Amino acid sequence: MRNRWRLIIIAILTLLAGPAVWPQRPGNYIPGGDALPGSLGIHIQLGNFRFDRQGATLGLDLQGGTHLVLQADMSKAPGQDAESVLKGVIQVLERRVNAYGVAEPLIQAQGQDRVIVELPGVKDIEEAKKLIGQTAQLDFRERDPASGEWRIATAIGLDGEEKELTGKYFRPNAQVVFDSRTNQPQVAFEFDDEGSALFEQITRRLIQRPLGIFLDNIQISAPTVQAVISRNGVITGLRLNEARTLAIQLNAGAVPVPISIIEERTVDATLGSDSVRKSIVAGEIALLVVALFMVLYYRLPGLLATAALLIYTVLTLAVFKLIPVTLTLAGIAGFILSIGMAVDANILIFERLREELRWGKSLGAAIQAGFDRAWSSIRDSNTSTLITCVLLYWFGQNFGASLIMGFAFTLAIGVLISLFSAIFVTRSLLQAIIGSSWTLNPALFGMAIPDPRLARGPAGRLRIEERGTGALGGAGS
Amino acid sequence: MTLDFTGRRWWFYALSLLLIVPGFISLVLPGGLRPGIDFTSGTIMTLRFDRPVEQGQLRQAFAELNHPEAIVQRSDEGTFVVRTLPFEQAITESVERQAQTERQIVVGGLTDRFGSVEVLGLDHVSPIIASEIVRYALLAVVAACGGILLYLWWAFRKVPHPLRYGTCAVAALIHDALLVLGVFSILGRVFGIEIDAMFITAILTVIGFSVHDTIVVFDRIRENIVRHAGEPFSDVVNHSLAQTLGRSLNTSITVLLTLVTLRLFGGITIHNFVLALLIGITSGTYSSIFNASLLLDSWERGELADLGRRLVGRRPVPAAA
Repeated sequence: MRNRWRLIIIAILTLLAGPAVWPQRPGNYIPGGDALPGSLGIHIQLGNFRFDRQGATLGLDLQGGTHLVLQADMSKAPGQDAESVLKGVIQVLERRVNAYGVAEPLIQAQGQDRVIVELPGVKDIEEAKKLIGQTAQLDFRERDPASGEWRIATAIGLDGEEKELTGKYFRPNAQVVFDSRTNQPQVAFEFDDEGSALFEQITRRLIQRPLGIFLDNIQISAPTVQAVISRNGVITGLRLNEARTLAIQLNAGAVPVPISIIEERTVDATLGSDSVRKSIVAGEIALLVVALFMVLYYRLPGLLATAALLIYTVLTLAVFKLIPVTLTLAGIAGFILSIGMAVDANILIFERLREELRWGKSLGAAIQAGFDRAWSSIRDSNTSTLITCVLLYWFGQNFGASLIMGFAFTLAIGVLISLFSAIFVTRSLLQAIIGSSWTLNPALFGMAIPDPRLARGPAGRLRIEERGTGALGGAGS
Repeated sequence: MTLDFTGRRWWFYALSLLLIVPGFISLVLPGGLRPGIDFTSGTIMTLRFDRPVEQGQLRQAFAELNHPEAIVQRSDEGTFVVRTLPFEQAITESVERQAQTERQIVVGGLTDRFGSVEVLGLDHVSPIIASEIVRYALLAVVAACGGILLYLWWAFRKVPHPLRYGTCAVAALIHDALLVLGVFSILGRVFGIEIDAMFITAILTVIGFSVHDTIVVFDRIRENIVRHAGEPFSDVVNHSLAQTLGRSLNTSITVLLTLVTLRLFGGITIHNFVLALLIGITSGTYSSIFNASLLLDSWERGELADLGRRLVGRRPVPAAA
């Protein structure tokens, strides 16, 4: 009776996992490219819990995008708490990236002085890199009356001290606007109180004379001052993307310490989707080949193991989606490898089962002994694989190799679910079938026919201990 | 039917040496492994051109674009993989704000010469990252060995000499790791195959599998020591090997079938990774059957202590625990 409940649990899990895993365009993943009904995705809302997912979460190498590792130069912020400096860097980067409009960017600290930035699906990567990494040093300059050289314009601030007029007095609401006559892009800005005071003095002083606007020491424009301005102004002389970048940088503020790119991995989206398709097709073929081998070698148990393997695959993929695990190419490799390992637990059990049958045990007792005896080796071998996975994950985390972390994570999940699959699923299925007489033919278990021990053993017949009904012949073959 | 594994142990050890020594020599000679940019720093680009381009023309173009060191390889129809020294990045202290970054200059230069070009992939690794990877890789391998040794010591605490099991399992995994490293060293010399961060993943996976295989045999020895108490240890080892042979081979066959499928149908990006696993897992099966368990037997016979004495110059050494 307990077994019936197990079977029901397995059926429910599989039925739940199936729709979660079914792809939206299944035709993409079979060689012929035939049309199959697609999934609508799943949308579940239970109180505060909301699950709304269309497809698997794909890593940058599969959906295309850029992975950057930035190094912050902490020596430029002596005496400051490294952690808070790095937090400041991340905040500025987040503001910039969000303003740039990247879908689902990832920005996180790595160690003491590094930041990982992942930008999925960004087309112009070089522009994006300039945007997130460079600090916009904007200042206003006037010509030195004596030499004619540009120098930063200064005026008396609200506290009575002389100050240079720079972009740091802007309110964080700079935006790109277009000149109504020329349709040229401009960056409209607003000074704060301090900046307004400075700007008013400077424009008054420079009426009918040029005011230079410099970005990172490069002159952008040098309009002639027509009137006294205090609060609002525009910067002209920029291309559209430059204007956009400048507005974002002005609003996001400056990165507190210099940063540099020490690692970059960029993958084009077409290469990514090609990899997805190839990996899935390879996975399907691998599943077929392994299933074929299992059925040919182990017969009936092999068939059950194949069913368990399919359930295993569906459950694992569902877990990947639910967590959700970000699938990378290495992650998919780890998963396909775990299919091979999932089979190992079954093989250990079946080999043991055969041995026990050979020693003259009844089928029921042999199944029991097969699972019991195989357990210690399954436990120890899988534990060692899990230890390796943990170390791999640690290794990947330490130098920011999401590739290796993905591999270790999917392999570990695969190993854990494979334990469940072998101990729970395969066993329940095996026990479910020992009740029917047609399953008692030794040939179905890949035994030699006729095996003298089995056919004419002490009991003469195979016994089903659980039912206690005694003999149902296996000797007819 | 009992196969005599232990009696032929010297043959099996010799075969292992025969396979490992050539690779090992290649490994320790200068230029042992051919490191990819993950270990040396650099930029690697995958480019696709719309119009047909010759390899020589592309090399010439890169030389004109300030990268005479570029290594150009054709990978597919119209697709090339180009390795260069690290590009100047948009964000570095040394680079002033410029109109164009080095990548934009290179892509622009290529477009001028060959028409439309697509950058399918670009990896850039700086020297800082490269040196760290090597350090963490070594740490990871040492940590993996240590973790496995400790776990096996604990798992076999109820049989005599539990530490031996962990030690022999680690010896077998070093065997497998050395074989893979050696083969890739030779492949690097002959075919120019480079090792990358994924290769380290492969080595660690091989280690995991190797121990996985070894433990299944050891588990049976653990069981048989109790069941056949009083029998000579080498008989116990022989029985255990014979009893687990089917499982060892079948498991390896399924894993190898999976890997061959991956190699044939998977993307080009994981080819070398899968190749390393194929070699390592085959070796892992061999070493779990013919090295790890037989080493246990040799240890029991006192041959290891004997060998140790000879190596350190015939000084009497107390037999190992």
